[in-house]
Order: sequence, then C-alpha cells, then structure tokens
Amino acid sequence: MAIRRGRGVAAINYPTGMNLGGDPTQALVHSTPTGNFMVTLSSVDLGQGMKQIMAQICAETIGVPTDRVVVDTADTDTGPHCMGTFASRGTHRAGNAVIQAAREARQVMLEVAAEELEVNASDLETDGQGNILVKGAPQKSISIFDVALSAHFKRGRSISGRGMFLIPRSYPEKETGAMKPSTCYAHACTVAEVEVDDETGEVTVLTVKNIFEIGRALNPKMVEQQLVGGSWMGISHALYETTEPYYPNRDHGGTDFNQYLMPGPGDLAETEIIVLERPSADGPYGAKGPGEMCANPQIPAVANAVFDAVGVRIDTLPITPERILRALKAQAPN
Amino acid sequence: MELRKNYFADMRKDDLHEIGQPRPRSDSPGHVTGKTAFFADRNFPGMLHLKMVRSPHHHARIRSIDTSEAEKHPGVVKVLTARDVPHNVYTILILIQIGPEDETVLADGKVRWKGEAVVAVLAETERAAQEAAAKVKVDYEVLPAVFDMEEALKPGAPLVNEYHGQNYYLYDSGECRKVRFGDVEAGFAGADCVLEQSYQSSPIEHAPTETTGCVVAPEGNDRFTCYTNTQAMFFTLDNASIILQMPGNKLHFVGGTVGGGFGGKVDVIVEPIAILGAKLTGRPVSFIYSREEEMQISSPRAAEKVVIKDGVMKDGRIVARKVTGYTDAGAYSRHSPYGAQKGAGHYPGPYTIPNVWIDTYCVYTNRTPSSAMRGFGVTIGDFALEVQMDKLARLIGMDPLEFRFINAYRDGDMKAHRQPTEGAALIECMQEASRAANWPVAEKYMAMSSYAKGA
Repeated sequence: MAIRRGRGVAAINYPTGMNLGGDPTQALVHSTPTGNFMVTLSSVDLGQGMKQIMAQICAETIGVPTDRVVVDTADTDTGPHCMGTFASRGTHRAGNAVIQAAREARQVMLEVAAEELEVNASDLETDGQGNILVKGAPQKSISIFDVALSAHFKRGRSISGRGMFLIPRSYPEKETGAMKPSTCYAHACTVAEVEVDDETGEVTVLTVKNIFEIGRALNPKMVEQQLVGGSWMGISHALYETTEPYYPNRDHGGTDFNQYLMPGPGDLAETEIIVLERPSADGPYGAKGPGEMCANPQIPAVANAVFDAVGVRIDTLPITPERILRALKAQAPN
Repeated sequence: MELRKNYFADMRKDDLHEIGQPRPRSDSPGHVTGKTAFFADRNFPGMLHLKMVRSPHHHARIRSIDTSEAEKHPGVVKVLTARDVPHNVYTILILIQIGPEDETVLADGKVRWKGEAVVAVLAETERAAQEAAAKVKVDYEVLPAVFDMEEALKPGAPLVNEYHGQNYYLYDSGECRKVRFGDVEAGFAGADCVLEQSYQSSPIEHAPTETTGCVVAPEGNDRFTCYTNTQAMFFTLDNASIILQMPGNKLHFVGGTVGGGFGGKVDVIVEPIAILGAKLTGRPVSFIYSREEEMQISSPRAAEKVVIKDGVMKDGRIVARKVTGYTDAGAYSRHSPYGAQKGAGHYPGPYTIPNVWIDTYCVYTNRTPSSAMRGFGVTIGDFALEVQMDKLARLIGMDPLEFRFINAYRDGDMKAHRQPTEGAALIECMQEASRAANWPVAEKYMAMSSYAKGA
C-alpha cells in the first residue's frame, strides 16, 4: 500500500455562443449632460462581471476612461432585447452590440466636437482621457464634457447609438448533420498531477497547469478570476460532485452543502493559468467566450492522471475513492 | 496568471486604452461589503410566500387532490392547482420552435418524477405555507417508473412522457441528431487498431450561492413587476407570457446581479406561478427555492453516457471515430434536446478525422428534469473524448501529448459537420503546456502551427 503519483493531459475546444446561432442581443448607448455614457442592456450579470466588461468595451470604442461609463442592465422596460446570459455568449454577443452602439454615439460626438472646433469630424481623435483632439494639432482640443453640454443645450443633438448583434440561425442538415454550430472556439490544454492513496482510494490533486486560449483577455484580472474558478469547478466535477451518487438509483442525493460533496479550500490544487490570445474574427476586440470551457479540461486530465498513478481506468464520473478501490480490487491478481 | 503575448502577436493590437487593462470591477466593493442588492432584498408590505406540494412518487397517476384542509390553515390566502394555470402545458424552447409542449406548471392527472410540483400554496408566512402544503391530500396510483436510459429505450419500457409518445426526443433527423462524414466502417476496416469504450456521468448540481427565486409585485395597473435572478430576462418574460396567456406588455422583469447561475437559472420555473399568485391574490408574492429544492428539484446537469469507437493507425493518425451520446433529460425536455444536439456539433472534438459518425440521443426517464449547465452538451463529451485519447495513445505506444499533436485540427481542416476550421489554437495551447508542465515532445511538434498548412 502506497501513495502513488501520476499525471495526465487533456486538450479541448469550446464553441462561443448559443449553439447554431439565432441568439440576438441589442444595446443602446447615450451620453448624459455630465459627459458620462450610459450603456443600456437587458443582459444579466451573473456575478462574472459582465457590467464591468461592457463598460470597458464601450469606453474603448468611444474613447473615454472606463469610469465614465455606467451600465444599466437587466430591466425589460428600459433595456433592449438580449437572449440571455448563457452558452459563453455574454461578452461576445452583447460586446459586439455595445461596440456598434458606441461607434454610432462616437460619430455624433465627433460631429458635435467638429462644429465646436470648426474642423472636419474626420480630423478628430480621442485621447482616451476624456478629450477630443485635432489630429496633428493636439493643442486644439475640447473635453467630452463640453461636447456633451454643447450637444444637449446648444446643438440639439443626441449623442447616442444603437447596437445589434445576431448570428443567423443554422439548421442542421438531417442526413449529414452539416451545420454551423458556432463562429469561434476557445481552446485549452491542462496537465494535472495527482497523488492516489491505493489503500483509501483518495485522490489529491497536487497541481493543475491550465493553458487557455480565449481570443482576447479584455480585462486580465477578470479573466483570471473566471479561469481559476472554472479550474476548481473542473476538479470538483472530476472527483466530488453528484446529486445522485449511485445513478441511475435515485437515492442518497445530497440536500445541502454538508451532504453534497465539493472541495474545500484545503482540497484545491496549486493552480497555474497561462493565457494565449488569438483574436476571433467576429469577437468584440477579438474576444471569445471562455466562461464554460475553462471548467472542462481538468476532468479528463485528472482521470488520466489517476490512471497514470494506479493503473485503473475510472470511466464513470465522479471518480470517487469507492470507485478507485473497487477497480483496484478487480484488477488485483487473485 | 500569465499572458503569453508571443503567440499570435501578429494578429493583435496590444496598444488599446481600456481593453486589455486589469481595471478593478466597479461592482466589487458592493459585493464584498454586502451592499449589492439581490432580488430577494425586495420586501413589500403584504407579501405572500409560495410553497409547493411535490410528488413523493417517481411516476404516478393522480386520482384526486383535496386542498380543503390546506385552505382552512391559518394564514393561507390561496391554493393553486393545474386548473388555475391558463396554459399549463408548456416547453421553454417553443420560443425557438423546439417543441412539443411537454411539461406542466402544476401536475395535471399525472406526475412523472419525484419532486414534481402538484399544488402551490400561498400564505402570509413561509411557515404557514409549508404547514398548509403538508395538509394537501393527493391520492396517487403509483405507476412503474424507468430510471435507466438503456431500459427506457427498450420496447415495452414504461412511457415517461405522453407528449413525446416515446422515451426519446424526435428530431427532424429521427431518433437522434446525426452527423455523417466520410465512411466510418471503411475507416475501421483499414485501421491498425480499433478501440470501443463507454463513459458515464451522474447528474451534477450548479450549487449557486443564491438559490433560484423571484419576488412579484402587482403595479396596481394590470402590470406585474417580477424581480428575478433568471439568467435570461426576455426569454423568461416571453415564456411567462405564454403560460399565463398574458400580453408581454403586462409584464416587467427586473434582474440585477445574480448570485451565480452556471446554467441553472435558464429554466422558467418560479416566475410564471409566482406572477399567477400575485394576479389572483392582488398581493406581492415571493417564491424562493430552499437549498434542498435547489439541489434535488431544480434541473441538474444531465447524466450522460458516451460510447466512442475509434480506428487508429500505429503512426498515430485517427482514421475513424464513431460516437453515440445519450443525454438523460429526466421527465421533461427543458433545454435537453438543445444540449444533445450541441454534442453532435461538438464531436469528434478538436481533431481532424476523415471518417466520422455521430448519433446523439435525448432520452426521457422518471427523474428530475435535467437542463443547461456550464459546458452544456460538451463537458461530459470532453471527459469521454480525452480519456479515450489517452487510451488510444497508450494502445499504440505513443506519448499522449504527441498523439494529440498528430491529430489536432488546424485552420482550413474540414470538420465533420462540414465547416472549415477557423481560428484554431489547440496546437499552441499544447506547445505551451509542454513547456509549462515540463512535458517534452519532439521538436517537430513544437515547430507546428495552427495556421493553414503551407500558409
């Protein structure tokens, strides 16, 4: 009886957005007389930070700092339609709608600034700090606050824009299955290192090294929070979680967090995250949806590492100590 | 976390002002100081609490329902049964033309899983609602139930759901979604080795911090505001509109920050019945799942069975792959026909294989309906595919990482569902994994690229 070490690898891809498309999202952007910009949506922030990302996308597109953008969302009276926050679609779909709306608003903003500065709108650029400058003559400038005031009270213009993103729905061909499930895919490769106690069947995940390719890390800190959390969830799926431990038997299901097993802080592996960015052709600033895929590769990587450690295949999830011990017993020479 | 900017640097603009910047989240201070408002923070004078009477049987005919004792219970304001629901038989994906309507808001004549909602009790307090729910008498005739997908698909198995007429979802392609590419049998015949393996998972709970729920307030003008933690505002509003036969302009849905979704809050379960309760009583209604309901009543990730048969050459090329996937939908469709179909579009994984055959089935059994969850239609498939890849590599005596390089898809490769690969990056992820994990592979693999061959 011994503690045995093993490692395993898995590589995966994952589609961004509702499968087969047909899932629209709209956005509206307008300025207030304060020079701030409102983004109005009906998308839902699940705690992943969607509002922050939409603010950064709007700010980048208009050319203002992110703290000048306020996101108002998840209200069906005020927000235009969004299919919902699921299928790794929030950033990709809503982000594209926000870009389109923000571009339209930016154009009006530049037109008003052009009138104030008596130049052509095409000769203007934003400095990202809240000012509009004449290209090549930055001393000639106007603040976006002043432009907003001018638009509202002097020029009678609405600095606003409408955005819409829709990937046309694909219908699978009946006989061949020819279809377009998604327009872009995120990627991952995970290497997990485990210790398995062949006396108790207990698995300790020592390290997981996750390489994720996500198109574009729009906010690296938020990418990190989602990828680390996903990696933990993958380990939890591999080794702990189920509402029906003896499926298809319906009994013994957990009804609270004492009975439903999940890893605690002490059970979490040393987690390494490395991010690659191959911008997607149709993503907002190249972003893909990493929200779901980041919890997938750890499961097979851990399963393969368990085999590498003790030489038994557990092809049924979760990989519990009971299953490992039964498999070890079955393979033991009589 | 590290960003490896050396990969794909020629495809990116890295000098943007706001994008790519690790700005602090504007909502974080509210979250960590308890200031962020969630739907359940809404409290209205005279608010009622809704509790469900649930089926204790996996499959049963309802002979009769007697709510008289419950109605007399102190604090009870209204007791709802199937006949109170305007359009009681529904299915949420009807909005994207995926029918038939196959589920009841409140059970009508039959229950098909243990935990199914039968009667809704609205009372002044949660306790009164719970106590009154225990006084509802339902007379059941227990029917044979089926829990195993293989059993459910056998002739003569108990029929789970009459609205389908058979224990699987009928796609326009037949009993399963199909993908056919190349000649898989010829591929197996010409392969050096053939390996067929079967993989299985159990249902998994989303385990959000905040359980599913909503608070509904009548606006006094025939409109109802529903404060909810749904993941999809209009999707839920539109389905509520159908179930309640109420024009959409009478409904106002308000969300906010949700305490975790993971796919568990895209079913439309709590909102329609709570709005109905508010309409029939004229009072605000709160319907919030207990943790037990969240774990055993709300949809879990489906159990899946995946059978993979591969033909592989000794040089490492996979020449044929046949995948048969089974998704255990439980008693009702919810999002499962979509999930099973998504699996068909995902297999055979990120590998270029010339001969592919895929069948994915959505199977009905007498268990808690499953539905969407993070990685829907893919997570369990990836477990099966990537364990299979490990087995294949060992079968032909090859390093598992190198084996994946040989088969990895690249730009321009035709996928089994007949879309050319675009934007591939699997090879680069594996190259970086090789370095980061100190798992060396041959130099020729480190020199590969996802860019189109010869480009």
